[in-house]
Amino acid sequence: MSHLSERLAQLKSENRAAFIAYLPAGFPTVEKSKAAIEVLVKNGADIIEIGFPYSDPIMDGPIIQEAADIALANGAGANEVLEILEFTTNLDVPAVVMTYWNPIEQYGISKFADAIKSANGSGVITPDLSLEEAKPWINESTRAGINNIFVAAPSSLPERLNQVASACSGFVYAASLMGVTGTRTSVSSSAKELVARIRETVQTPVCVGLGVSTPEQAKEVATYADGVIVGSALIKILLEQSNFETGLKELATLTKSLADGIRQAR
Amino acid sequence: MSTTTNLTGGKPDVSVGHFGEYGGRFVPEALVAALDELAQMHIQTQSDPTFIAALDELHRTYSGRPSIITEAKRFAAHAGGARIILKREDLNHTGSHKINNVLGQALLTKRMGKSRVIAETGAGQHGVATATAAALMGLDCVVYMGEEDTKRQSLNVDRMKLLGAEVVPVTSGSRTLKDAINEAMRDWVTNVADTHYILGTVAGPHPFPTMVRDFHRIIGDEARAQVIELTGKLPDAVLACVGGGSNAIGIFFPFIEDTSVRLIGLEAGGDGIETGRHASAISGGRPGVLHGARSYLLQDKDGQTRESHSISAGLDYPGVGPEHAYLHDIGRAEYRPITDKEAMEAFSLLSRTEGIIPAIETAHALAGAMKVGNELGPNATLLINLSGRGDKDVETAASYFKNLENLKM
Repeated sequence: MSHLSERLAQLKSENRAAFIAYLPAGFPTVEKSKAAIEVLVKNGADIIEIGFPYSDPIMDGPIIQEAADIALANGAGANEVLEILEFTTNLDVPAVVMTYWNPIEQYGISKFADAIKSANGSGVITPDLSLEEAKPWINESTRAGINNIFVAAPSSLPERLNQVASACSGFVYAASLMGVTGTRTSVSSSAKELVARIRETVQTPVCVGLGVSTPEQAKEVATYADGVIVGSALIKILLEQSNFETGLKELATLTKSLADGIRQAR
Repeated sequence: MSTTTNLTGGKPDVSVGHFGEYGGRFVPEALVAALDELAQMHIQTQSDPTFIAALDELHRTYSGRPSIITEAKRFAAHAGGARIILKREDLNHTGSHKINNVLGQALLTKRMGKSRVIAETGAGQHGVATATAAALMGLDCVVYMGEEDTKRQSLNVDRMKLLGAEVVPVTSGSRTLKDAINEAMRDWVTNVADTHYILGTVAGPHPFPTMVRDFHRIIGDEARAQVIELTGKLPDAVLACVGGGSNAIGIFFPFIEDTSVRLIGLEAGGDGIETGRHASAISGGRPGVLHGARSYLLQDKDGQTRESHSISAGLDYPGVGPEHAYLHDIGRAEYRPITDKEAMEAFSLLSRTEGIIPAIETAHALAGAMKVGNELGPNATLLINLSGRGDKDVETAASYFKNLENLKM
């Protein structure tokens, strides 16, 4: 069982949802992203999702695009992603990598699965790896002993949703809405419905991402989902605050209030 | 028929659109239901007499098909004396081959009951064609265009606006065609319920490469018959410029089984492959996944897309359609780079010898014809897809040649 699955099971027994925090690796630099991850962990993030910065992130809105551009400009690549993954897992927190498919294919599918495993990563979220193309990855990630996490969408028809959810291990990533990552003023009602639909087909935990930005929204999602994924709202703080140390303080405050919201949900 | 290229070396698989190891579908799950619907709709309509008749009528009475062929005798003197036959897609309504695909997809949009279309555009030709079809069929239209391209093709921006479309300048990434596609994809993921994405080339996730090819094969179907009628035989080679590769696959496809006919795609070589400043995905890239499909692309060691460079906005794209990747690997088609300089010489030459100002994209094919004509000699017949007209490029060309003169002085 992966560290991720253990933690999700433990939180389930405590009757609360997990707080999954996302940051792109190497944003704004390798060392600063490590510092930011430490802040997330100290202030209540249960699981860390590390983004592999990519030049053409079609599932991401302007905030993550900008952060990825900065990370890439500062030299983030596969080695930096793995370095930060290892740093994170050394903090004794489960960590997964989120990456578009091409970086995995170019690194080598088998080699990438092994590298995630040897950095003690729990798994990989692949937002643009359609099921039809996923067999080599499912084989290699399974062989390496890491989770493969696919994204389910509100538009998925029942049979397809079943296939996507069944292919997931660790958790199923439920996209809260039809759209890209970014902050929203409210959580779409389609999120709750999608979680319920997924639960009808699999026992795997279901975590909700896309557009969750405030403690109130996180609390709402935490009433029904196994995990709440927050990314853009955290990154936005670091993008907007020109002084990094001040940014970290603001990040700590938001992280803590998101974590509190999630803990108070049930 | 909606089949993939059926030649040895690959396993054509219509259901997920593979061309050998290329193509396929690498997209956010949110788009899968829409792509499935589109693929099904495409297959159905390919044999639906009502749909075929509607598209045929639009071709005849709106875009002006069949397009003629023109023999370029004075230009031929600069191409080793080979017989040069131009397929005049520049004479289509809106000035390029792009209208063929757009009319087909706009009809599909209506059938699917969607009310809004979006498109990406580089040179603006596909955007203009989409805006035109949207106006004709009463669809809302938003065109994404890299900010860089809105400057170098400002005439087409104004055309789109006149046609009632909203043009969104894209400021992310390299601010060119690649980023316009990213932005269109993001719009589509968000609005897929009422919106169809009229992708303008034979790239992207299945069914786009197959479907767009099927809407453009009319170029090759007509040209093949016209050349045989004129010359009594098949041409020795068929040439076309390749960015994403829609005009090329359109004219190549009906010749694929004619193994005596060489198929030659001309990629944008920019400043030259050796400089790294080019847009030649096949000649200067390697296989990877971009915009929903596996194909050749320009990328660094981590799989980050590299920026492409070309004087031609329409070829300035770091990828290429997956069927071209496949045709290249099995050796059925050849792909060569043409530099900006070579393309601009051919641009000028065709204008002065034939009274036809080609698009700068198309000029790459003409530069290729000059080379291939010289290689094959006066007994050869070359069929070139004259994919678009150059009105939109007048400003770019004027400043290019002016700079050249200044350099000489």
